[in-house]
Amino acid sequence: MAKARTWIEPHPSGIYVKPADVWIDPSRPVERAAVTHGHADHARSGHGSVFATPETLAIMALRYGVDAEASHNAAFPYGEGFERGGVRFSFHPAGHVLGSAQILMEYAGERIVVTGDYKRRADPTCARFAVVPCDIFVTEATFGLPVFRHPPTEGEIAKLIGAVRAEPQRSVLVGAYALGKAQRVIAELREAGWDAPIYIHGALEKMCNLYAVHGIDLGELRLVSETDKAEMAGQIVLAPPSALNDRWSRRLPDPVTAMASGWMRVRQRARQRMVELPLVISDHADWDELTATIIDVNPKETWITHGSEDGLLRWCELHQRKARALHLVGRDLEEES
Amino acid sequence: MKRFAALIDRLIYTRSRNSKLALIVDYLKHTPDPDRGWAIAALTESLDFPAVKAGTVRTLLATRVDEDLFRLSRHFVGDTAETAALLWPDAAGAKDDLSVSQAVDALASATRSDAPAIVASLLDRLDADGRYALLKLALGGMRVGVSARLAKQAFALAFDVPVDDVEELWHAIPPPYAPLFAWGEGRAERPDLADVAFFRPFMLAHPLEEESIDLADYAAEWKWDGIRVQIVRSGKGGGGETRIYSRGGEEISGAFPELVTAFDQDAVIDGELLVRGDAQGGEAASFNALQQRLGRKVVSRKMLADYPAFVRVYDLLGVDGEDLRGLPWSERRARLEAFVPRLADSHFDLSQLIDATDFDDLTERRAGARDAAIEGVMLKRRDAPYVAGRRAGLWYKWKRDPLTADCVMMYAQRGNGRRASFYSDYTFGCWSETGELLPVGKAYSGFTDEELKWLDKFVRDNTLNRFGPVREVEKSLVLEVAFDSIHASKRHKSGLAMRFPRISRIRRDKPAEEADRIATLLAMAT
Repeated sequence: MAKARTWIEPHPSGIYVKPADVWIDPSRPVERAAVTHGHADHARSGHGSVFATPETLAIMALRYGVDAEASHNAAFPYGEGFERGGVRFSFHPAGHVLGSAQILMEYAGERIVVTGDYKRRADPTCARFAVVPCDIFVTEATFGLPVFRHPPTEGEIAKLIGAVRAEPQRSVLVGAYALGKAQRVIAELREAGWDAPIYIHGALEKMCNLYAVHGIDLGELRLVSETDKAEMAGQIVLAPPSALNDRWSRRLPDPVTAMASGWMRVRQRARQRMVELPLVISDHADWDELTATIIDVNPKETWITHGSEDGLLRWCELHQRKARALHLVGRDLEEES
Repeated sequence: MKRFAALIDRLIYTRSRNSKLALIVDYLKHTPDPDRGWAIAALTESLDFPAVKAGTVRTLLATRVDEDLFRLSRHFVGDTAETAALLWPDAAGAKDDLSVSQAVDALASATRSDAPAIVASLLDRLDADGRYALLKLALGGMRVGVSARLAKQAFALAFDVPVDDVEELWHAIPPPYAPLFAWGEGRAERPDLADVAFFRPFMLAHPLEEESIDLADYAAEWKWDGIRVQIVRSGKGGGGETRIYSRGGEEISGAFPELVTAFDQDAVIDGELLVRGDAQGGEAASFNALQQRLGRKVVSRKMLADYPAFVRVYDLLGVDGEDLRGLPWSERRARLEAFVPRLADSHFDLSQLIDATDFDDLTERRAGARDAAIEGVMLKRRDAPYVAGRRAGLWYKWKRDPLTADCVMMYAQRGNGRRASFYSDYTFGCWSETGELLPVGKAYSGFTDEELKWLDKFVRDNTLNRFGPVREVEKSLVLEVAFDSIHASKRHKSGLAMRFPRISRIRRDKPAEEADRIATLLAMAT
């Protein structure tokens, strides 16, 4: 044990697996990259070879022009993987977005899991997080403070539907990150019985189609750009957060501005975003999920990659669990949380 | 508490003034006494529970949550009440049936020793939103964008009464304002204020933007750098009580007992509270000296002797039961000049007019003013009555041009509230003779939102060290800092303290070693 530091090295630009010469989620172009999921702070273009789940590769092909079919890239469904330099890599569900994976590495009798981003609660658009026992657990900590306790998703969806019904002459415009959050909000609305067409910003269209191709039924979606203003009164509209207070929103009938994000838990954060209807819906583990996961996985050591690492470090200390912060750079994709 | 919590939440997220008004009107109309009175007092920061402070809440939280986790959370959230509301564990079987007035009664009855237990028992009866409302009620700092003015307008709108009447009555009646609601709802007569030393809303000035102004229409007088106060004494034959109010209508009589005693006339004056400085031969000292006297509950004999306060009187709003506010300034001025000799000259003097011949002469006089206590020039329309608030064209303030210095950013700290995610408070320094950078001040304003984003990114990209919410940065960015004045100070290593520093420009073009020296700043000190 504790040999791990000889074969796996955290660097500001990513985690380097030395014997295999493979980087995990590198933030700069490298020869070989294993990628946990398709968000821009984890998946970049310009790598020699990419190893990821089929869904993540498809997302990278759509977003960054990665050639998913090229022989130098390789796709591995959940549970499968590859071996290189004596290191066995395998991909396991992280429950974050479509195709998101934890990467398990086994080498010289040691097991290390890198979670990428994850959550524990149910999400109709992706496979649920799997507890993978390991020696070293490399976890995210976006919401690594005890103030972050995401309420049940159904309650937030009910709030959204309630707001639409309360003012039928207005539309409700929900800011949701284009990959993952938008599709999840749509799927959650469908589960709650909202079967009217949902109107989307053009920037969401391709990703919604990709989800549909992978078997996620999002119901009828219509493009805002192809719809009369009046038709959207009393309806739900989704757009990337950047479009919320943009001129684009003028084409909607007197929109109520909503935002789906874990940050909405903090009032002044929501206010800063000029949000009228904050929806606490996140694709990241909240405080209770983060701490419960460390207990479930029960590693010998916990490494914390990004977010409020100080909070989670303190929790580990209080619970006599060995932990360290890795200080990776460029992992502050606030829009997406 | 449920309705109140819902009101606060809606107000936080409602941007338009009219929508905010509608929410408050609805609440006032549909909530019984005394809850609505307490609620509106809380919204306008008119409540104070001396035994319950942020420290009480922090101490209390330490019994339920790890201190470090609380501290980290507080830094992130940027607000003690919200942090505590989110961290406080939900009590099993909380009924959430606490009323606003029950909460107020409990908080008002608290002593320093039992305050934590009382707050804890209240928190245990509420959910997270209710806890937030309760803590905001207890600690103040609502930040829901409701000014006292807006609340008064909502009251006027809800009960269809003139807003000017509400304005005047408001300050005379303590929360929960039962007589005010009774009058509003037509259940009682307008409350009689004859014997109450109530606050009259101040008349305020716009900054002068005109190129020139005709002194035939406007009188000019010095604007003194103290604090604007109103002193009110009412009741016939001097039998009433004297109160001193600050600009916002807050009573500060307790901090200036010598003025309360000295003001023995049945009158209402508007003036500048100043402290005498011996350096200026008994004239007004700089604001620095006055600061020693502010915010004190108990004033020692030494304080009174070292920093004697007096008031330079600008205006006379009422005398011997007569309300003068409707008279033009020129008539009030004549009455004022006749009145001031009735006051003890040890504590009150008349603010002199500037007898400039024309605007050019005034410009020259303003530029030549070197007195540390002069903040600029006031221009008052000669035919204007004394009206509440800022009215276009009646009064102008024309401040002295600020001083500036080129300083180097040294540390940055996260802001509060809406700025909690930004490094928006900057400590900056200048060079000592030995080539050391010493902090000379701290500023958190003066920049645009765009500049704030840029500064925040600069801090994140150039961090050398982290100390909790503070980051030490690479000493490479020059900030041009504007300030009203600068004073010698023993409390700072640099020996200097700036008054009202703000960032005037980001000097990306200037190398840090070319920033100003401490000696240059010392030469500007007053």
